[in-house]
Amino acid sequence: MKLGFLVDLNLCMGCKGCEVACKVENEVPLSTWRLRVKYIDIGTFPETSRNFTPLRCNHCANAPCERICPVSALHYLDNGIVNVDSERCIGCAGCVMACPYGAIYIDPETNTADKCTYCAHRIESGMMPACVVACPVEANIFGDIEDETSHISRYIMEHQGGVQVRKPEKNTNPHHFYVGGGNQTLNPLAHERIEGYGLFNNITHLKHVGDPNHSLLDRFVAPFVGHEKLDNKSLMDLESQAQENKGGH
Amino acid sequence: MDHGTAIEATKAVVTLDVALPGIIWGWMITLNMWAKSIGTGVILVGAFLLYRHKKEEMPNLRWLMPLISSIALNVFLLFTLIDLHQPLRMINIFLHPHWTSAITVGAWMATLFTALITLLALIGFFDQHPDVRRHCGLAKKIRGMSGVYEKIFPFVVVLAIPVTLYTAVIMAESSARELWQAPAELIQMLMAAFMVGSATLVLIADKWSENARKDLALVLALAVFFSFLMYMGEYFFSFKSAEAEMTLTYVHSGGEYNVQFWAAMLLGFIIPFFVAFGSLKEYNKTLMKFAAVTTLIGLYMAKDVWLKIPQLLPLS
Repeated sequence: MKLGFLVDLNLCMGCKGCEVACKVENEVPLSTWRLRVKYIDIGTFPETSRNFTPLRCNHCANAPCERICPVSALHYLDNGIVNVDSERCIGCAGCVMACPYGAIYIDPETNTADKCTYCAHRIESGMMPACVVACPVEANIFGDIEDETSHISRYIMEHQGGVQVRKPEKNTNPHHFYVGGGNQTLNPLAHERIEGYGLFNNITHLKHVGDPNHSLLDRFVAPFVGHEKLDNKSLMDLESQAQENKGGH
Repeated sequence: MDHGTAIEATKAVVTLDVALPGIIWGWMITLNMWAKSIGTGVILVGAFLLYRHKKEEMPNLRWLMPLISSIALNVFLLFTLIDLHQPLRMINIFLHPHWTSAITVGAWMATLFTALITLLALIGFFDQHPDVRRHCGLAKKIRGMSGVYEKIFPFVVVLAIPVTLYTAVIMAESSARELWQAPAELIQMLMAAFMVGSATLVLIADKWSENARKDLALVLALAVFFSFLMYMGEYFFSFKSAEAEMTLTYVHSGGEYNVQFWAAMLLGFIIPFFVAFGSLKEYNKTLMKFAAVTTLIGLYMAKDVWLKIPQLLPLS
């Protein structure tokens, strides 16, 4: 069994229900995302269209993150999921540098690498990933791509020629497919980020990698003296301090 | 928002997205690569000089070469460690090694290399200074191992090559960053080691023979020349992928690392080349020391630019 994911972009309406469900299910901290939905506007008014692209880990069969991880914290499960062992991760960020899809982040609460695991804990209990359950239009299709009778396999067969993966030239062999996508929605180099053209805000950049309140010394002494448990509220309090932090991470 | 400017019809514009990550591998990784280049470079250049000249012509080389290398490698290991978000778990690299990772292979080789270099530094130091800690048991034991130095030195020289090169393999495995994917990065790493190795040895070469110092100038001139050519080739013609092209276009167009790149080329490559080339005829100690310092500064700046610019590109 090899689990795969397919998103039909013709169906997606950009409600971000999947994004919120993922955040809640996996307790993803502020400033980090396992799944996000990007809005891309194409054309000049009045000939414009708004496109929505959900982005998550591609669970590649030839995963660069798994290859570069020095301690096998990123590893394959038998069902093809690329899983993370946060107890083993040393936080070198090699996987963050290797992932061509920008799908891995350093969790600011644990200071270890994290990413979408296709909700491996739910799969183990026979449930669907949280984002699949939350989608109101069933744009997220999940299942065994080696089983010809599965929904996802039939969907792929029915849309032959229209099924795409992101960055195929990287030869990562993603197990995450899109229907209804185009170069402008799937290729990050084909669309621009223009200051002032955001829906709600300007282009923003993360001010820190990992925990913003974790000094170099803390990295060594925290396991012995204990470290204040961070939650989303404490991370919010630190936002203003993080603005002033410059230099290394 | 400027309503007077229309966006081209063919352009797609991101109108809602999350905050973009910034530079993830920052100055600590630059410092770590730079220190490693010094640590391996002094050994490689030192071995070349010992092959070409009698050791009496370079009286302090036997003990200062491994001492400088050991200090540089310990700086490298220290910054490797503190750059980790979970530094105490570094032990996992030895307890749970994953051999497809160049980080793992490199960490094992660099640890072995540092241990051997530190041993050479101790033997060299106590041999050179027979009166220091004369009655200390450990010092006596190390002085008794004097012959070991010459036995393990050839092994250390060979080991210095993969220890120099493995960072290029880590960068090649960082497949999201197209700019680092060139096989030329391996040669660039080797050239960097010869550059800063010879530059560092220039600083301790005052009492060396004229011929040995001229050889040092020759290594410096050749290393900066070829390294500069490679940087220029990669900077202007290395459009092997859309991502690499976009990264370089940003710098070419006066992006924030443009000035740092050209300052690095001037300090680290152009000035040292002309000074070292001039010193092949008549060695000028003061000018060569100046060129050595600019080489060390320039290489740090160049490595810093090359490390950071591919990280400016959004990946998704």
